[in-house]
Amino acid sequence: MKFGILVNEGPYQHQASDSAYQFAQAALTAGHEVYRVFFYHDGVNNGTRLTVPPQDDRNVVDRWSELAEKHSLDLVLCVAAAQRRGLLDADEAQRHGKDADNIAPGFRISGLGQLIEAAIQSDRLVTFGD
Amino acid sequence: MSEEGIIKKLMYVNRKAPYGTIYALESLEVVLIGAAFDQQVSLAFVDDGVYQLTRSQNTDGIGMKNFSPTYAALGDYDVRHIYVERESLEARGLTVEDLMPLTYEDEDDDWAEKESLRIVDSSELATLMGEQDVVLSF
Repeated sequence: MKFGILVNEGPYQHQASDSAYQFAQAALTAGHEVYRVFFYHDGVNNGTRLTVPPQDDRNVVDRWSELAEKHSLDLVLCVAAAQRRGLLDADEAQRHGKDADNIAPGFRISGLGQLIEAAIQSDRLVTFGD
Repeated sequence: MSEEGIIKKLMYVNRKAPYGTIYALESLEVVLIGAAFDQQVSLAFVDDGVYQLTRSQNTDGIGMKNFSPTYAALGDYDVRHIYVERESLEARGLTVEDLMPLTYEDEDDDWAEKESLRIVDSSELATLMGEQDVVLSF
């Protein structure tokens, strides 16, 4: 089956991202396809490469990056939600005159159309959040 | 902009108050962008989400943008089915009179202005949800 995944909450504050990660991993292990993981609302905070969690805790952001590399996952942060919350890739940082970008490897920034397209193209869209 | 002719039934479920958290505002942004995809779209308002549609919202005191006029424009985005759960209204002491009028123009009926908003009870809403291909819950 082809899954689209929507993550609506940030890392550590909320379990949504952990559950989404575990779901994605289980689906891929079972031979399913993950069409796209879309991060919205505070979920975009899953894509910052500047998180420094305690060493004895899971690294939510790195975990997504590693899963993306292993399975060529498409991890997309909503551009409007990301900009509000200070998540910028190099192009966006330059466009808005900011002195840094902070997107983790494997993530890309794009529009909400990517969420709707994932909903249309996937057999199931599974939402993780409140 | 249709996706290779795939047309799905897509329902946006709005459960949160309009202010206090950003869910309502960002949900509306998805609806507006999603309108470009020519899908069969409906909106449902339940729980505190029914407050999103109340008339005469005034945000002067909280320093936030009052985005409620956007709901009245949904008809222009071809959103014709807006369901409000009766039980959620009643639990909050609200009636349909407290809600904004929401309409669309029907091009198949000489552009007659028609009601988009319908009050449904929870069992009917459950049936409607069951008919959807995609439910986006905010």
